[in-house]
Amino acid sequence: MTREYVYQQMNRIFRNVFDDESIELHDETNAEDIEDWDSLEQINLIVAIENEFEMMFDMVEVAELANVGEMVDLILKKDSNE
Amino acid sequence: MLKELLYPFDPNHLLENKRKIKKQLLEEGASFVEKKIAILGGSTTAAIKQMMELFLLNNGIRPEFYESEYNKFYEDAVFDNEELKQFAPDIIYVCTSNRNITSYPQLNDDEETVNRLLETEYDKFHSVWTSLKERYGCPIIQNNFELPMYRLMGNREASDVHGKVHFIHELNNRFADYAQKNDNFYLCDLEYISADYGLKEWSDPFYFHMYKYAMNVNAIPYLSFNVANIIKSIFGKNKKGFVLDLDNTLWGGVIGDDGVEGIKVGPEEPEGQFYAEFQRYLKEHKQLGIILNIDSKNEYENAIAGLKHPDSELSEDDFIEIKANWDPKDRNFEEIARELDLLPESLVFVDDNPAERHIVTEQLKGVCAPELDVTQHFIQYLDRNGFFEVTTLSKDDLKRNEMYKENMERVKAQASFTDYKDYLLSLQMQGIIKPFEPMYYERISQLSNKSNQYNLTTRRYTVNDIEAMANDEKFITLYGKLLDRFGDNGLVTVTIGQLEGNDVCRITLWIMSCRVLKRDMEYAMMDKFVRRCKEKGIRTIIGDYYPTAKNAMVKEFYALHGFTKEAEDDGHTVWTLNVDDYMNKNEVIEVNDD
Repeated sequence: MTREYVYQQMNRIFRNVFDDESIELHDETNAEDIEDWDSLEQINLIVAIENEFEMMFDMVEVAELANVGEMVDLILKKDSNE
Repeated sequence: MLKELLYPFDPNHLLENKRKIKKQLLEEGASFVEKKIAILGGSTTAAIKQMMELFLLNNGIRPEFYESEYNKFYEDAVFDNEELKQFAPDIIYVCTSNRNITSYPQLNDDEETVNRLLETEYDKFHSVWTSLKERYGCPIIQNNFELPMYRLMGNREASDVHGKVHFIHELNNRFADYAQKNDNFYLCDLEYISADYGLKEWSDPFYFHMYKYAMNVNAIPYLSFNVANIIKSIFGKNKKGFVLDLDNTLWGGVIGDDGVEGIKVGPEEPEGQFYAEFQRYLKEHKQLGIILNIDSKNEYENAIAGLKHPDSELSEDDFIEIKANWDPKDRNFEEIARELDLLPESLVFVDDNPAERHIVTEQLKGVCAPELDVTQHFIQYLDRNGFFEVTTLSKDDLKRNEMYKENMERVKAQASFTDYKDYLLSLQMQGIIKPFEPMYYERISQLSNKSNQYNLTTRRYTVNDIEAMANDEKFITLYGKLLDRFGDNGLVTVTIGQLEGNDVCRITLWIMSCRVLKRDMEYAMMDKFVRRCKEKGIRTIIGDYYPTAKNAMVKEFYALHGFTKEAEDDGHTVWTLNVDDYMNKNEVIEVNDD
């Protein structure tokens, strides 16, 4: 899985979840940047990402994520460990 | 009606695209009834609410929500709550789980202690229900408990009084007992729904510890779907019957090609067994008052021959309408609905052929036609959709199939008369028209929620509303039952008038079941209604007609009864009648004289 591919899918998920086609994710994007991104939407994102990439996150991993870049790193790390 | 919200739906798709789907539902332009729903949660309920909203919109209900603060279901219920009071809920959903059980038995507890724990736990919920009933008087939906995620003693948990499994079973039994004894209280069977989903997935603790959801977020659409089904049933939006295909739906094979000997139904081989089981499943619905009809591309004789197969569970007699011909299926479907005086959308189309499902759902908006892929899924896909979710079971429901049969007899009898009044007289009709009585509150509420066509104001009432008006001097209430020589039509019409000032009465509800159309029952009702008004010193009766997408048939109702049109505004018309000018109009129904 390439970083570009992960970003492509993540962009789609974020656009769907927030119903906002203008979203463009970057490594630094975090909850401050998207208006509706609160803790309740956070879980919807995690669930959608888990389903998309067919992986489960550990509680500890999820709790430590600070921005989209770290999320993408985590997805790529899990993918290469499989 | 969006297909993606029928079972089997894709929960991930719904969760991810909820905003888009909601927009789409609202844009479809269907007419919605608005309902206020309070969710009192024992854990996070945000996604449960969002999913409920989609399923309710898909059933024509536009919800407005009140959501309690995190795990404040108890406080919200038992203490004064100005915000909830202002909100004035139509439905309260208490969304709790086994995470809300305060204490379980310890292994060294004696039986008495275990019983006390059980009582304490039950009392907590009981006080929630009692308080909600007193304060808000609306229907309550309550989750029972899913089974625990681990079993300390293993299988013994189920039988030992100290076991959590045993404890939860006991609590669930008490919940069920309360539900049986109390109207307007409905259990949402979390125990079944979680088992159906898969308990170990359902109880994945990730979602609780991370986000305080008491269940796997992926499972939430299934829970919300069930709750929405209960709600739409309470508000009279259940389906009323099936329209069924024959070849490869009720039996394996094509009877026109394979002959009666060649079709597969019955115990001889696996395929036949599947179809026999499916037929038994459909037949069971008759007990609920669900009607069965056939819409098949076949020679009529072949269709009947197939139903006479010695191993067929269903026989010709189990169906109200049988259309077997070569007309397009949507046309037959429409005709079936019309002859039954039902809206097409109140019938579910069951056909193995995707092309037929497509044409019927395209031509007849609002008709549901569940996907049927392989035979072994037929029952699951129909059943899980909850088309007939039962919240009340009235005597009328149990007799509904009989009533439709009797109606067919009447249609035949009518054919032998040239004068319509002679025909009506030949029916030897008897009407019972009386003020609301407790034994009928439930049926009256049901009718107020179900009637769309013969409905002047389209106001919906709960059992509590009905009871309140029955006991209020400011209201004139009447229900009407109609019997004739072919049978009892049951309680078919309801009128409510509200007194305004000393001598004016406004008709706030006038509804009638379409199964007694053109029987002059409305005249018998108006005669009685005017008489009641006179007894109360009323001089003027006011009637309103509010147009909806479905009630055009009663647009001129008041003109027929001798009212004068006073005002018209955007389709809403206002009519008045001077009671002294009124002449009785019913000449064909014998009505009780009190």
